Amino acid sequence: MRYLARRVIAAAVLVAVVSSGALLLTRLAPGDFASDLFGAGASAATIARERARYGLDRSPVSQYLDWLGRAARLDFGVSLVYHRPVAELVAQRAANTGLLALVALVFATLLGLPAGIITGSRRRGLLPTILRGLSLVLLSLPSLITSLVLVLVAARTQWFPTGGMQSAGAWDAGVFAGLADLARHLPLPALAIALPLSAMIERVQSQSMGDALEMPFTLSTLARGVPRSRLVWRDALRPAIGPVAAMYGFVLGSLLSGSFVVEVVTSWPGLGRLMYDALRARDLYLVAGCAAAGSLFLAVGTLLSDLLQAWADPRLRRDEAGGTSGGSA
Amino acid sequence: MRSLGAALFALVLLAALAAPVLAPNDPGQTFRAYLYAPPMRPRLVTADGRWQRPFVHPLRLVSRLEQRYEEDVSQAVPLTFFSRGKLARLADESRGPWLPLGADREGRDLLARLLFGARTSLGVATLATLAALLLGVLAGGVAGYRGGIVDEGIMRVAEFVLVLPAVYVVLALRAALPLVLPSWAVFSLMAAIFALVGWPWVARAVRAVVAVERTREYAAAAVSLGAGHARVLFGHLLPACRGQIGAQAILLLPSFILAEATLSYVGLGFPDTVPSWGSMLHEASNVNAMADFPWTLAPAAAIFAVTLAANLLVEKPDRAAW
Repeated sequence: MRYLARRVIAAAVLVAVVSSGALLLTRLAPGDFASDLFGAGASAATIARERARYGLDRSPVSQYLDWLGRAARLDFGVSLVYHRPVAELVAQRAANTGLLALVALVFATLLGLPAGIITGSRRRGLLPTILRGLSLVLLSLPSLITSLVLVLVAARTQWFPTGGMQSAGAWDAGVFAGLADLARHLPLPALAIALPLSAMIERVQSQSMGDALEMPFTLSTLARGVPRSRLVWRDALRPAIGPVAAMYGFVLGSLLSGSFVVEVVTSWPGLGRLMYDALRARDLYLVAGCAAAGSLFLAVGTLLSDLLQAWADPRLRRDEAGGTSGGSA
Repeated sequence: MRSLGAALFALVLLAALAAPVLAPNDPGQTFRAYLYAPPMRPRLVTADGRWQRPFVHPLRLVSRLEQRYEEDVSQAVPLTFFSRGKLARLADESRGPWLPLGADREGRDLLARLLFGARTSLGVATLATLAALLLGVLAGGVAGYRGGIVDEGIMRVAEFVLVLPAVYVVLALRAALPLVLPSWAVFSLMAAIFALVGWPWVARAVRAVVAVERTREYAAAAVSLGAGHARVLFGHLLPACRGQIGAQAILLLPSFILAEATLSYVGLGFPDTVPSWGSMLHEASNVNAMADFPWTLAPAAAIFAVTLAANLLVEKPDRAAW
């Protein structure tokens, strides 16, 4: 319990530091929303008036403290571009990114985990060789490239829509039509993120599977007459899954990073695009809000990954109960 | 596998260095009559089935509206090799340019841009890798050598940077700076930003090795012979990290190439006038043009090649059969 409390505090610090950093960076950078909005042609008086209107004329420190005070009460301000509360905008886009990331993670796990178990438990044979080669190729295809290639394939074959999250008016025909439409738009961006990710999962799973099979207990299990397939898919799997679970915390960061390019390439209306647009427009409260949402996402993911690890490896749990260094990943 | 990776790396490097010789045209030259022209393959067999020395069929515009071209098989323009400082070029250049990989939106030779773009992309990535190595070796070396509160402080910062999604840090830093800058400034700025994001990987690896090596007898011997801190650290302990540093460099290089491509793709990197793999991919952000003229995706293949080479180089040898 104390461990959990410490993790929550660490997460809160991360969110506060990242969003504050994003806000101050945007505020202190040369140029601001008002000067960008009206361009070089505007008179100094116009720009000054607009600055005052948006509160950009105050000192960065007083503005920051004001924002911090309100953010602590979960009021993240109003977007300068959209004239809507930041919390509302961010929540909607974060849900879109969350959906995309979740589906991508499921795809990647479904592809990568079995592949890793196969390549980790067998050295020779046609299937492991093919899988290993495939994984090496996918590992070298960043999501920028996979998304571009998938969009190209989609555009030429018309199998999938090339971008966006929904067709116009799809939800008018009812919830089921809307969901069906969403299901048609999801696979392309999700696969673009999942393909390189699945190769990463395959590599780690293969390595740890090989390690697990070299442990003494596998020999004793075999000696008891347990068939090999059951040994690989059941007895060795649980100790072997630890490193993969540890990886999920790291994967989350790369999910966020990977989803940015994919969101831009496939015009998925997610957090990444919103952050990018906000940065370009110097919409500082929106930038801070996006940063807060992103780091929250990250912190929750890391925590879940640590819990998953503790489930897979009881030794980690005992360490925490004993009060020694927790969260040793 | 490793030699395959090294060979691929060497090939890309050689292509970048020999760009002016390999590229038949200037990367900035626009052929107004050949917008989005398709690749022109060198051929050996003519339309009526006769073998001939290498030649190309000149292109003929079929539809201006669809920007569609066709090879004029009734004509054959032979290639000449090693003439006027080019590896290969058309013997008769009055019958249109040779575009081995086709042309882009403005009718520029894609092969030339790919080759000269390799110089930009590899250049930024190499500079950034060197800077990240310098920062990382210094930080990691000092952290591992001094230990205690210095170690704690440096590694906390490193871990914080590692946890952040790198793409957003790079985006935020780049967006905070003026958008339009001279290209040399974009070049060094990008390298600096990438190094700032990449150093913790190196620092972590170096720290781990130095912290262990510091307790070895040879380090104690060096200290007892009167070697100063700097001499022990850089002269005695760092050589033990060579393998780690090399592996980190090999992994950082393709990720920086990708970072350049990503930044330029979204329009925060090099402008269109500077050929780089990212600024070339920026054109692919027009989905319809990309679908009709897929050869504009050529830089994606180049990025893949470099990343594959790096992954092959760091690939661990297979363990003994189980």
